[in-house]
Amino acid sequence: MATVTFDHATRLYPGTERPAVDQLNLHIEDGEFLVLVGPSGCGKSTSLRMLAGLEDVNGGRILIGDRDVTDVQPKDRDIAMVFQNYALYPHMSVADNMGFALKIAGTPKAEIRQRVEEAAKILDLTEYLDRKPKALSGGQRQRVAMGRAIVRQPQVFLMDEPLSNLDAKLRVQTRTQIASLQRRLGVTTVYVTHDQTEALTMGDRIAVLNKGVLQQVGTPREMYDQPANVFVAGFIGSPAMNIGTFQVKDGAALVGNAQVPLERTVVDALTEADGGKVTVGFRPESLDVVGSGTAGSFQVEVNLVEELGSDAFVYGSLKSDVGASDLSAGDSDQVIVRIDPREVPMKGDTINVAIKPGQSHVFSAATGNRLS
Amino acid sequence: MENLQITAATPESALLDLPWRVPLEDWPNDVLAALPRGISRHVVRFVRLKGRMLAIKETRDHYAFREYELLRRLHKLEVPAVVPLAVVTGRVGDDGEPLEAAIITEHLAFSLPYRAVFSQALRPDTATRLIDALAVLLVRLHLVGFYWGDVSLSNTLFRRDADRFAAYLVDAETGDLHRELTSGQRAYDLDLARTNIIGELFDLEAGELLDEEVDAIGIGDALVERYTELWDALTKVESFSADERWRVDERIRRLNDLGFDVGELAIVTDIDGTTVQIQPKVVDAGHHSRRLLRLTGLDVQDNQARRLLNDLDSWRAATDRLNDSEQLVAHDWLLHSFEPTIAAVPRDLRKKLEPAQLFHEILDHRWYLSQRVHRDVPMPEAAISYVDQVLRHRPDEQAVLGLPPERAHEDEETLLG
Ligand SMILES: Nc1ncnc2c1ncn2[C@@H]1O[C@H](COP(=O)(O)OP(=O)(O)OP(=O)(O)O)[C@@H](O)[C@H]1O
Ligand SMILES: Nc1ncnc2c1ncn2[C@@H]1O[C@H](COP(=O)(O)OP(=O)(O)O)[C@@H](O)[C@H]1O
Ligand SMILES: [Mg+2]
Ligand SMILES: [Mg+2]
Repeated sequence: MATVTFDHATRLYPGTERPAVDQLNLHIEDGEFLVLVGPSGCGKSTSLRMLAGLEDVNGGRILIGDRDVTDVQPKDRDIAMVFQNYALYPHMSVADNMGFALKIAGTPKAEIRQRVEEAAKILDLTEYLDRKPKALSGGQRQRVAMGRAIVRQPQVFLMDEPLSNLDAKLRVQTRTQIASLQRRLGVTTVYVTHDQTEALTMGDRIAVLNKGVLQQVGTPREMYDQPANVFVAGFIGSPAMNIGTFQVKDGAALVGNAQVPLERTVVDALTEADGGKVTVGFRPESLDVVGSGTAGSFQVEVNLVEELGSDAFVYGSLKSDVGASDLSAGDSDQVIVRIDPREVPMKGDTINVAIKPGQSHVFSAATGNRLS
Repeated sequence: MENLQITAATPESALLDLPWRVPLEDWPNDVLAALPRGISRHVVRFVRLKGRMLAIKETRDHYAFREYELLRRLHKLEVPAVVPLAVVTGRVGDDGEPLEAAIITEHLAFSLPYRAVFSQALRPDTATRLIDALAVLLVRLHLVGFYWGDVSLSNTLFRRDADRFAAYLVDAETGDLHRELTSGQRAYDLDLARTNIIGELFDLEAGELLDEEVDAIGIGDALVERYTELWDALTKVESFSADERWRVDERIRRLNDLGFDVGELAIVTDIDGTTVQIQPKVVDAGHHSRRLLRLTGLDVQDNQARRLLNDLDSWRAATDRLNDSEQLVAHDWLLHSFEPTIAAVPRDLRKKLEPAQLFHEILDHRWYLSQRVHRDVPMPEAAISYVDQVLRHRPDEQAVLGLPPERAHEDEETLLG
């Protein structure tokens, strides 16, 4: 088992101008499940392939444990790419399907059997060991594939969107299985996905990338509660956070017709580049529906109500006398408010909402970095 | 609601006649052709349609389009791979449930899946020849920047190529085309190839389909060796002193011999002009087949071409025409040797092998006959004897691909993930 370190690791593809991965610094603890997440093209797979030895590292280095593997061939890195390909051999027993790579490596028979049995126990395949793969269900076959990687006892598991070819239901199931399996095995794992829900539910920590640049690393809770910048704030969470940029006047942000007070330190941190504005974000569940006239409250006109049983969400637009605003959640173009599913407004109604104390996120309008 | 969509470069309405509302696994026998296949996770079936043989694979939309696109690009790059025909999406079952998309490729005529080749009583060096062919394919793919990601015998098809095999890529699902591969990508592909090949041979062993003598690990290692040799021969920088200029020609001849043409050779001389460095920059496979095509219009695989060109040379000497233009002699050889020989084979037996492969085997047969009767046997006579003694007893490789029908079902099971 081992730690993994990206130390200013950079990949510039030949013939391109901008690095696909730019000075990545990331330290992954021994036994940790780290998820690399970000929108398509942000450099997740490139980062993973650099760790796997499939992409050249044009700057910086990569370490597994204390060993600099920057120039080491893939097969000598002691890593395993899980789920890449898992053709099962029809004439071989499940045990032989799991252990054949060890046989190639010349591992003694008794040791192969022992490692295979251990893996089978963890994977719940013990009773199938002497059967042929034909007798297995789809999910069990996938676990045999996982078993192949486990018996090799690599230092690090690498997985690149392993669930993308499964249907929605199997995806959620397998997601839980992989996460719990990884915890039981305690093998350092780097997992790539574009799906932030998958990241939040699986990772010990999450690293968010955008345009080849690491935005933030942290536990799912940290990423959700303390996004380091506007990008992370908007990317993590579903439904997405409401984010808009507003004028600052007398120590408060002018959100619609309301004055949302800013902390002293935030106001002090504003620079000329911010042009007297801040970016404010708040999650749909960080809003309370309040009586009109409540201090710090603003009005949202209801465009649509989405009822999900335990939850309900209003999709609406901010009402404002001071002109249009850019306040919206994700790419929805709308403000999203979580409301009590037993008190649902009608389309066309106007509701009055206020941000719960301590639940706003304030960012520099110029740099997008967190101020609060 | 059904909204069947067929994406194809040249759409064919006949495709609409196939039972797209039924899961591929349950297609009726009368549309299917029971040919042997390699191991696969997806459902794959062969279908005869308007006199053509197609291979159909069920997979998710995104993967079907991706593989289709990659195969098209590989086709344009002229590397040996199956040719994609279409992607079918928007399928709905009779129960109204959506069905997976399908990618359709042309069945590679005369191709032999490795299971068929190994299960036949062939020459003892069959494994070596298969490995050589796969090494050539992998090198060619790597030269054009294709990272395969899942090299295996199951993902390769083999065709007879004179006394050797030629290998074709059949599964591009995990592949990627790059500008140029890193050494890590090549090393990973090669290592994976070794592991997969050994695994596949272990499987044949377990199924008692493989001679016990066969050394699976040795064969896997041989691939690595062959690949490395070939890659070095094609790409290595060579240095020598300026008075050894002949080594430039020698390098080019060596590459020709391996079946490659040199499109561009970088020659660098150091400042005082004492040493020269050469490195091939652009190499194209198919040296012999291009030459034969130019001379005769025959389009065949490279080793078949090599064999035919050798025969052309002998014929030229034997007919005393060393001073005539090569083009002219080639034309006469085609007219007076190649064509009459093939024509001597009864039409219904001709489809058992490709014409160039037939000619190659008849050449072999003639040599064997001449040894026995201590005289030069002319080709038409050799052809008649070959048909009687050999060809009649050979399985039809276009249709049955060398497997007796009961064997063809052994690989029926698809291992779905
Ligand atoms: N065009 C073709 N011509 C001849 N044989 C074919 C063709 N397409 C597929 N096959 C046969 O079908 C088998 C399975 O096809 P393929 O490898 O594409 O399936 P797969 O499910 O993607 O495999 P894998 O499990 O390796 O991902 C091949 O091994 C080959 O024998
Ligand atoms: N082989 C390549 N050659 C050139 N550019 C590439 C190559 N692979 C990826 N890229 C580019 O690098 C960036 C990151 O890609 P990738 O790591 O695949 O992103 P992700 O996995 O986050 O979707 C993208 O802009 C992509 O277009
Ligand atoms: Mg395949
Ligand atoms: Mg495949």
